[in-house]
Amino acid sequence: MTRSGFVIANLFRRRTRTVLTLLSVIMAFLLFGLLQSVNTIFNAGADFVGATRLFVQARVSFTSPLPISMLPRLESIPGVARVAYQTWFGGVWQENTPLIMFSLDPQRYRDVYPEWVMPESQWQDFIRTRTGMIAGKQLADQYGWKVGQKIPINSNIYPQKNGSKAWIFDLVGIFDGKDDEWKKRTNLAFIQQDYFDEANQFGVKGRENFFILKLSDSNQAAQVARTVDAMFENSPDETKTQTEKDFNISFVRQIGDIGLIVRWILFAVFFTLLLVVGNTMAQSVRERIPELAVLKTLGFSDGSVLGFVLAESFVLCLGGGLIGLLLASIAGAMVAKGTGGRFQLTVDYRVWLLGIAAIVLMSLAVGLLPGLRARRLKIVDALAGR
Amino acid sequence: MLKQALAITGISIRSIPERWAPSLVIVVGLAGVVAVFTALLAMASGFESTLKATGRSDAALILRGGSDAELNSAFDRASTDLIKEEPGIASGADGRPLASAELMVIAELLRRDALNNGANITLRGVEPAAFALRPQLRIVAGRNFTPGLRELIAGRGVVQQFRGAAVGDTVRMRGSEWKVVGTFASGDAHDSEMWTDLNVARSTFGRMGSSSVLAQLDGPDGFERLKSAVAAEPRLSVDVLREQDYFSGQTRQFRKTIGFLAGVVTVIMALGAVFAALNSMYAAVAARGKEIATLRALGFGAVPVVTSVMSEALLLALAGGVAGAVIAFLLFNNVSVSTLGQSFTQVVFSFKVTPQLVVRGLIIALIIGMIGGLMPALRAARLPVTVSLREQ
Repeated sequence: MTRSGFVIANLFRRRTRTVLTLLSVIMAFLLFGLLQSVNTIFNAGADFVGATRLFVQARVSFTSPLPISMLPRLESIPGVARVAYQTWFGGVWQENTPLIMFSLDPQRYRDVYPEWVMPESQWQDFIRTRTGMIAGKQLADQYGWKVGQKIPINSNIYPQKNGSKAWIFDLVGIFDGKDDEWKKRTNLAFIQQDYFDEANQFGVKGRENFFILKLSDSNQAAQVARTVDAMFENSPDETKTQTEKDFNISFVRQIGDIGLIVRWILFAVFFTLLLVVGNTMAQSVRERIPELAVLKTLGFSDGSVLGFVLAESFVLCLGGGLIGLLLASIAGAMVAKGTGGRFQLTVDYRVWLLGIAAIVLMSLAVGLLPGLRARRLKIVDALAGR
Repeated sequence: MLKQALAITGISIRSIPERWAPSLVIVVGLAGVVAVFTALLAMASGFESTLKATGRSDAALILRGGSDAELNSAFDRASTDLIKEEPGIASGADGRPLASAELMVIAELLRRDALNNGANITLRGVEPAAFALRPQLRIVAGRNFTPGLRELIAGRGVVQQFRGAAVGDTVRMRGSEWKVVGTFASGDAHDSEMWTDLNVARSTFGRMGSSSVLAQLDGPDGFERLKSAVAAEPRLSVDVLREQDYFSGQTRQFRKTIGFLAGVVTVIMALGAVFAALNSMYAAVAARGKEIATLRALGFGAVPVVTSVMSEALLLALAGGVAGAVIAFLLFNNVSVSTLGQSFTQVVFSFKVTPQLVVRGLIIALIIGMIGGLMPALRAARLPVTVSLREQ
C-alpha cells in the first residue's frame, strides 16, 4: 500500500465521521467563497481602472453640480489630454427600477473612455442623434432593448418642458467592455447632454456633476489634481479632484464597511470550523494510538508519523475546501445571471488563491496538535495502553 | 418510563464534562450561528427603529411628483408659497400656516476612521416652523443657529461618526466658512443631519426654492383635504405623504438586503453546524455504547435512551445559542454605524439586539440541536445490546 493510499484508507475507516466533517468544511468554504467575492465587489472593484483619469467634483458634494464654464480652464492645464463631463439623470425604468444613467457629450466621452467598445457607425449615430441614447450590453440584454427602438424612461429629478417626467430616447447603440472587467460593468446608459440641456424644464444648462480628465501621463495625477483644486479655491465652485480609482472606492465606502462585516462572519465561521475539524483529527489520532505505535515499531520515523496525520488533515481540508469553493463559484455565477449582471458575484482567481491559502493554514492548524502528539508517542507506553 | 428517562438523561448530562471536546464543538458551532444571525438582524432592526421613529402621522411631507426622495425633489419659490396656503394645514401661534419649506443639500464630511473618503451628509436649510414641527429635537450643546448667518447645528449622530462637526468647528462649503454653533439630539433620522437657516442655504447653494414642505395637518381629515386640494391645483404637480410613511418606506430595501444576507449566511452556517453536531452526537453515543447497552440490559426502554440523547443535544444547543446571543449583545448592541439612506446621504443608527431576535436565534439553535441529536439518538436506541456489551 502506498503512503497516500494509507492516508486515504485511514480517513475512510470511520466513514460517517469523515463525511460529516467534510460536509462542515464544504459549508465553511462555500460561505468563504461567497462572502469573499462580495468583499471583492466592494473593495478591489477599483483595481482595473488605473490612474490615467481624474474625477473633478464639487468639493461640497458631487451632488452639487459644477458650471460648464470651467471646461476651458481645465483643458488648459498641462498634462490634461482630454476632458469629458457627465450629469446624473436620475433615470427610472418602468415603475421604480433606478438606472445608472448620465447625460454627456458623446465625442468627448468616447475619447476619454476607450474601454467601451461599440461599432463606429453607432458612435456616429450617437454623436448625430440629439434624442439618442446608448446602453451597455448587460442593461440592453436585461430589458430586451434593441438598436432602433424608442425607449421610454422616467427621470425622478428632471421633468421636460411640458412638465412630464416621461422621457423617450432613441436607442442608437449598444456598447460592451474591452475585457472581462469592463464587460461586467456594462449596466449603464448614456444620453446626449445637448438634448438634455435644451429639453429639461428647469432650464438647467451646462451644470455637470463630474468633469473627467484624461491625463497624458498617469504619473502626473497628484500634481494635476492639486493644480485643479488650487485653481478654483475660495470660489463657490471649489473642487475636489481624485483619481477614478479613489473616487470609486470612496463611493462604495459610503454604503458602509462591508469588509468589516464579512471579516466578522468569516471569523466566526472559521473559528467554529477549526474546532470541528480539530476535534475530528484529535479523535482519530486518539483511537489509533496502538496502531501508530505499531507503525513506529515497523520502522516508520517520528517525522513520518507526524506526516501521516498532517496529510490526513490536509486531504480533509483540501477536499472540503475545493468542493466548497467550486460550489461558491457555481452559486455566484447563478446570482450574477439571475440579477442580470446587477450583482456581479464572481468567485474569481483572487478568491480562489485566498481560499487555498486558508485551506493550507487550516490543515496545519488542525493537524499540528494531534500530529505532534502522534510524533511524541513512546512505543512501549502506547502499546501498553498507558 | 418518565422516571427512566429522567435517570438516563441525568447520567448523560452529568457525563458531558468527560466528553468535553465534542460537546464544545456543538456549543461553539451554535454560538457562531446564533451570534452571526443575531448581529446581522440587529443591524436591520436598528436601522428600522431609527427610521420608524422619524416623522409623525399628523404631519405631511410634500415632494415634487415622482421624486421618491427628498434629494430629487425641488420646488421654485412660487410653488413653495402656494403649497403652504393649501387647506388642511394647521395654523401656528402667529396665525400663519404651520409649515416649513426645507432645502436639502449634501455636504461631504470625513468619517472618523477615514483619511480621505468623504461621506454624504444631509444639510437641511429650515424655516423657524421646522422646530415646532419636530418637538423631539433638543439642542444638547452650544446654541441654535442665528438666521441670516453662516452658522449650523449638527445632529448627535453626525458628531459621533464624522469629523469636524463638533461645536466650535468650521465646515467649508462652496468657498465659505460655516461655524458649527450647536449639537442637537432628536433620537431619530434627523440625528444624521446638519441644520441651518433656509435662506442662507439658498444663497450659498444657488437654489432659489426648496426641496420639500413639511406641514402640520389640522385634524384627522387634514391629510385627505390637503391631498385633494393640491391634486385640483393645476399649477402644482406634487406627491403628498404622511411624514411617518415617507421615512418608514425607506427601510424596505435595507431590510430586504440584510434579510437576504442573513438568510443565506445563516442557512449555510446552520448546515455546517448540523453536520458538526451530528458528528459530536454520534461520537457521544459511540463513547457511551457500553453504558447504554448495560442500561438496556437492566430493562430500560428505547424511548428513555432516545430522550436522553436528544436532551443532551438540545441542552448543548441551547447553551450554544445563549452564548451566541450574549456574544452578539456584548459586541454589537448599541454600536453606532451608518449607511446610505434613500436620499443618498448617511443615516446613523445603532445595532439593536432585541428580545425577539434573541428568541429567534435560540429557536434556530434548538432546531439545529434537534436535527443533530435525532439520528444519533435513534442509533443509540437500536444498538443490539449483546454486540455493544462485547465491544471494547
